[in-house]
Amino acid sequence: MQRLKKILKSYHGKREDIIPLLQDVQEEYGYLPENALRELSKVTEVSESQIYGIATFYAQFRFKPKGRKHLTVCTGTACHVKGSEQIIEAIQRRLKIKEGETTPDHEYSLEAVGCIGCCSLAPCAMINGKVISRIKPRQIKRLLPQKS
Amino acid sequence: MNFEKLVQKAKKEYYSIFRGEPPAILIGSATCGISAGANEITKVIEDEITRKNIEARIIPVGCIGSCYAEPIIGIFKNNKEGVFYGPVNKKLVKNIIKKNIIEDKVAKENILGTIQVKETGTRGSFFESDFMKLQSRRILRRCGLINPEDINHYLATGGYTGLLKTLEMGADEIIDTIKRSGLRGRGGAGFPTWLKWDLCRQSNSKEKYIICNADEGDPGAFMNRSLLEGDPHSVIEGILIGAHTIKAKKAYIYCRAEYPAALEKLEKAINDLDKIGLLDIEIVIKKGAGAFVCGEETALIASIEGRRGMPRTRPPFPTTKGLWGKPTVINNVETFAAISLIFQEGVEKFSSIGTESSKGTKTFSLVGDVKRTGLIEVPLGTTLRRVIFDIGGGIKNGGNLKAVQIGGPSGGCIPASMMDIEIDYDSLTSAGAIMGSGGLVVLSDDSCMVEIARYFLEFTQRESCGKCVPCRLGTQQMLLILDDIVQGNGNPEDVETLHEVAEAVKAASLCGLGQTAPNPVLTTLKYFREEYVEHVMNRRCPAAYCRELMHYFIDGKQCTGCMVCSKVCPGNAIVGVKDEVHFIDQEKCLKCGSCMDVCKEGAILKVPGPGGSIES
Repeated sequence: MQRLKKILKSYHGKREDIIPLLQDVQEEYGYLPENALRELSKVTEVSESQIYGIATFYAQFRFKPKGRKHLTVCTGTACHVKGSEQIIEAIQRRLKIKEGETTPDHEYSLEAVGCIGCCSLAPCAMINGKVISRIKPRQIKRLLPQKS
Repeated sequence: MNFEKLVQKAKKEYYSIFRGEPPAILIGSATCGISAGANEITKVIEDEITRKNIEARIIPVGCIGSCYAEPIIGIFKNNKEGVFYGPVNKKLVKNIIKKNIIEDKVAKENILGTIQVKETGTRGSFFESDFMKLQSRRILRRCGLINPEDINHYLATGGYTGLLKTLEMGADEIIDTIKRSGLRGRGGAGFPTWLKWDLCRQSNSKEKYIICNADEGDPGAFMNRSLLEGDPHSVIEGILIGAHTIKAKKAYIYCRAEYPAALEKLEKAINDLDKIGLLDIEIVIKKGAGAFVCGEETALIASIEGRRGMPRTRPPFPTTKGLWGKPTVINNVETFAAISLIFQEGVEKFSSIGTESSKGTKTFSLVGDVKRTGLIEVPLGTTLRRVIFDIGGGIKNGGNLKAVQIGGPSGGCIPASMMDIEIDYDSLTSAGAIMGSGGLVVLSDDSCMVEIARYFLEFTQRESCGKCVPCRLGTQQMLLILDDIVQGNGNPEDVETLHEVAEAVKAASLCGLGQTAPNPVLTTLKYFREEYVEHVMNRRCPAAYCRELMHYFIDGKQCTGCMVCSKVCPGNAIVGVKDEVHFIDQEKCLKCGSCMDVCKEGAILKVPGPGGSIES
């Protein structure tokens, strides 16, 4: 709660701060915890339903915690043409989770994103924000040593 | 300190780099460089310098555009032209330091060319290379040659002189200058910039806003990212000129959260500008939260205001009723950089290239099945053929060009037979595509055009905000039909239905997202109809791309049973013992082609058609 209070302190009473606040909360916790949103609603006097309305509209926000290793596969056009679908498939099979899910031991989570802007080095994926360029399905076993 | 003195000091500092005393090492450290390993390379260089006790400066720069050759480094020593190398690896870098810095010779491997940087401009053999010589690097002239985090590098290269000039001009003169330049909005729609500014200026309100649209949500495009990471001040200078012209006291930069490096550099640039006393308005950086529709101006405004990013009908246009209901100018990143260019170097220089109706240059991200991928800048009016074959070096791996996808999900596919089309706003529109922000995805014979259309529809369907029915339901209907077709479940009448729905969505949608979402479908239907027919009538994907309509097959005559393929198979789908012919278990195969990549015998084939069980 201490961490949340610090974030909410930066609120200056403007409607336009809602999205940045949500971003800060997610940055701090890795996702948007339910009680944090309730608290956010109280402080900003914006109804909870409206806050959820905003949070669910934007792709960035998630309502479940990430894994310790968060995998992001780029599905931009260049990556798609170069086989990002197969990368996702290979990861899904390896970890036995679907896109958007986290492994039960919280080790890995998998997310597909629009475009990370590294199109010239396609296909790309990220592990905790570090880009792996020109990734191949056959690297997956090595990159994800733990099967979960 | 007055501006003149500031510039003198900055010039002294900046140009000393290129005299190479002490030696200077430039490292392309934009997102693309870093993902190719620039940070590891920097570490090796730092260690090597310490270990060998060499005096040298390491200067992180943005991307020079040759992403295909990342990571790239440039060495300047002893007043000689700098030598640029790429791609480099840890071993090569050590050799380069030994040869180039210690022995004062040139390392022979992976030289991209030489570059000379002087106050009078840049030249050198690198700019004469095939990749560079047909380009006209104007907007990108500093990218890769300055440290984007050092305001002195910007000041030394003419930075903020444009702003100073406009501070002495009246708004009339500024707008007239932009009008004469012929600049059209670089976000893609091509609306005349001067007119937008003038409309906003004429709007009666004390409060006005400037917004820089850096949302670049187009999959396959990274021009805005590269510019913000390589030369953030050039964008900020354009914003300040705009604010001065329309009399705005506050500006917003709406940038994707997916571009952390760009956000960081913008923030630093704004702070540095404030420190030297040139920042006379408030600039707020707004992090986007991942919604493609927020590239649309009214949706972007809603998002800044803290709401769901949904567009509204226009008019009223933002120039009269924008952010918080006040007159607002929204321009793309590249448009603002073009404004700085016009006022720094003069309107004549800007408009001396381009076509009659499309002046200046345009940056493109050249990606896909092309040999030299990267960030390019060409005069408007350059033909697609020139871009793909002369600059891009043609198709990778000896394949044939099939089409160019231009303008992202709002754009269209232009077939190989139309490569002599000139890239400008109007001729692209007449071909059914649009300029868009400038994503250029080159597609070879290996790509299925129906699947490309499906891909974009999946994207727009997901990103549709859902406010208006034609877009919400229309894109979904189109996607359902396309899903069926690529899975081999299409009906003969699907092609016509698809066409009808596409036309309806185009005509009836509320905003640009819906109005342009059918473009990939309509252009592929127009130019590649036979591929649709083949999928629907014969359940066959001619390019052997659609996963349900193709399979991999091991040719028993070629297979030596070396087991290389079975080792790499992520699905463990290849069965067979050593020295005997292998088979692919089609049930387990995830159709990634890893086996084909590694087979030295050429025994693995990609075959149209779904393929049977273990033996086929």
